[in-house]
Amino acid sequence: MASALINVPERARRGEIIEIKTLVSHPMETGYRRTQLGATIPRDIIRSFVCTYNGAEIFRAELHPAIAANPFITFTTVATESGTLTFQWTGDNGFSVTQSATITVG
Amino acid sequence: MPGPPALPLRRFVVTVIMAAIAASAVAAEIPRAERRSGYDLMGRETRAIQDNDTANPGMLFVLDGESLWKKKTGAVGQACADCHGDASQTMKGVAARYPAFDAREGRPIDLEQRINRCRVDRQQAPALAWESRDLLALTAYVARQSRGLPIDVTIDARTQPFLDAGRAAFHRGQGQINLSCSQCHDDLWGRKLAGSVIPQAHPTGYPIYRLEWQSLGSLQRRLRNCLIGTRAEAYEFGAPELVDLELYLMWRAQGMKLESPGVRP
Repeated sequence: MASALINVPERARRGEIIEIKTLVSHPMETGYRRTQLGATIPRDIIRSFVCTYNGAEIFRAELHPAIAANPFITFTTVATESGTLTFQWTGDNGFSVTQSATITVG
Repeated sequence: MPGPPALPLRRFVVTVIMAAIAASAVAAEIPRAERRSGYDLMGRETRAIQDNDTANPGMLFVLDGESLWKKKTGAVGQACADCHGDASQTMKGVAARYPAFDAREGRPIDLEQRINRCRVDRQQAPALAWESRDLLALTAYVARQSRGLPIDVTIDARTQPFLDAGRAAFHRGQGQINLSCSQCHDDLWGRKLAGSVIPQAHPTGYPIYRLEWQSLGSLQRRLRNCLIGTRAEAYEFGAPELVDLELYLMWRAQGMKLESPGVRP
């Protein structure tokens, strides 16, 4: 099943600031809600998001219970060299999704 | 001859004016040129989410739907794709035509019901539950193939009675506060209900990713929401009354372009 959508420009000029958009499928259950019978719905959230660019970490985020379902994270970086951007989301209940995108810098 | 006493006359005039207001409230249907999708009435930020396929969370469901479309299932072991092939060709325009008349039911059925009919009859798999992720995903995937196409439901002798029933329901006062759909969506669209803009209720983006729901949802879910808001008892999912209302809303939006999967606040 598809679990994440990534938007990275396919090519960029060296030194150009590029915008990266990521969307991941996740309910982000806060842990504060209750069922109609009063039982707590256990927390199930993504805890962290990391982006690496040819192995070097360029962006990291901690996620918390107040963040909406299907978190949408965008950020910018400087296009330095051709290669691979890898995105990893990890969270409760062993949640882990990794996706990557390639970029050509010239 | 003595004239009528002043007070009853005043009362009479007030009654006439109020009757006139009530009559105009019932009569007002939105002229074709003034029809607007909910998209046009929402904020810039929400429109931006819908406009970008990598920002629109509805697309996560569309991608799931694409996998389900190709997945063999049921006793027959066939996938949707085994009969229908490439959805981008075969499903183009389909969502714009539903609800459509179904000979076996003898009444119109909506897209979700059509998908489940195929599952049960052709794939011999259990029907998917209303609002389940899989049914929403398949519906979103099929509806996505009609994006940009005009709504085009067929009204003929077979579907006319159901359209009429839907229209009557739309104009009927319901619930503890005796509010009709028309009073808000025909007469007061563009104004505010609490902090939210009242849209014209055109089903142009279903299934929609509603930010309030934090999820994708069907038109029936939206209709049940509205009914609960008027403090009426909501019909069960799949109830014929809801499908009639869906048919009327689609007819009312005839010619407007589908945006599925839409994003709404």
